[in-house]
Amino acid sequence: MSRSAGQPQPAPEFRAPIAAVLTERGGQVLDGWVERSALLTSSSGADDLRRDGGAVLDALRAALGESGDELDLGAVSRLLSDFSARRTRSGDRPAQTAGAVLALREALLAELAVTGDPEDRFTVAREAGRIVDQLALGSFDAFLAGREEVITQQGEQPLELSTPVVRVWDRVVAAPLVGTLDSARAQVVMESLLQAIADDGALVAILDITGVPTVDTLVAQHLLKTVAATRLMGADCIVSGIAPQTAQTMVQLGIDLSEVTTRASLADALAMAIARVGAHAAQSARA
Amino acid sequence: MTAVPVVRMRDALVAAMQEDIDDRTALELADRLAGEVAAHGARLVLLDVSAAQVVDSFISRVIVAIARVCRLLGAQVTVVGIRPAVAITLVELGLSLDGVRTALTIDDALTALGNGASGDG
Repeated sequence: MSRSAGQPQPAPEFRAPIAAVLTERGGQVLDGWVERSALLTSSSGADDLRRDGGAVLDALRAALGESGDELDLGAVSRLLSDFSARRTRSGDRPAQTAGAVLALREALLAELAVTGDPEDRFTVAREAGRIVDQLALGSFDAFLAGREEVITQQGEQPLELSTPVVRVWDRVVAAPLVGTLDSARAQVVMESLLQAIADDGALVAILDITGVPTVDTLVAQHLLKTVAATRLMGADCIVSGIAPQTAQTMVQLGIDLSEVTTRASLADALAMAIARVGAHAAQSARA
Repeated sequence: MTAVPVVRMRDALVAAMQEDIDDRTALELADRLAGEVAAHGARLVLLDVSAAQVVDSFISRVIVAIARVCRLLGAQVTVVGIRPAVAITLVELGLSLDGVRTALTIDDALTALGNGASGDG
């Protein structure tokens, strides 16, 4: 167990031999790296590595040449992050990407084994291993960040898909809401409803909440805001589809929708809207 | 900043706010509308804000004041053509222009006012 307790400590004095190997035998290290990575990653990954590996090794040598106890691998990590992100987009698995980076250790060790002072080889090799491990962890982070980005994008798509505004009658638009109404969605609903009113010249907007499972004070707040904005645009807003249970909850919570026109079902709301549009048309014809 | 033009059509006054109305122009408009309503006995005032990209809290207070003043003088004020973005901003600011009639277009405003009963939201 005593071996696992010995977490390799930074050993700045042993970086010089690694830098020397990179300077003197950089070509061999790169060749060895690409050759070994070909076994661990896809063939296109190895091609990528042959193209980008040189820059990575140059950056690593520059980082090793810096003085100071803490090794600054920022530039190297950035290059490898770009590499990982590209590989992720090409469809490589995380193990393949990490494998490509870890292959650098074998390549470095192979060259370190034939150079330098034999006395120091073990410590130098340990330092080299530590550096490569750090880089591999960094590339794994970059891989996850790439995934995270994809997930975020996918998360935003349903937001737009789940808030359609449809024209249901001449000068009547309806927004059937499905799912929980949080602040982000309420904002999207309000914007698309108002835009639809402006585009269609709607007189009546119906906000159907049949598909909204719970109406708490926050959701009611959003509804009231939407109704107020609709009124500012010069359209009437009808809220429909409040389930009996929801209505009871709202009353118990003390939510006041007395300023808002409400109907039990979308059909009732539509009938009311059509009557309103009809009255408007008749009025317009008389004028 | 040029003054907001006010057009008289029979018993209605139509004022169209420009894109970038400033506070002084808005106040000047409020004064002038009150004078015109009193002078001509106008029954309707249509305030077209469809050109305005931004309506801040001051302008919206002026609009509410115009509505109240004109009602005292016997004219009904309708604010016409508030843009979606402006409507959202006003609601977020908690300014819902209570007691002011609204309409999408001047046509709709005249129709609703001819009816008398509807259009109050």
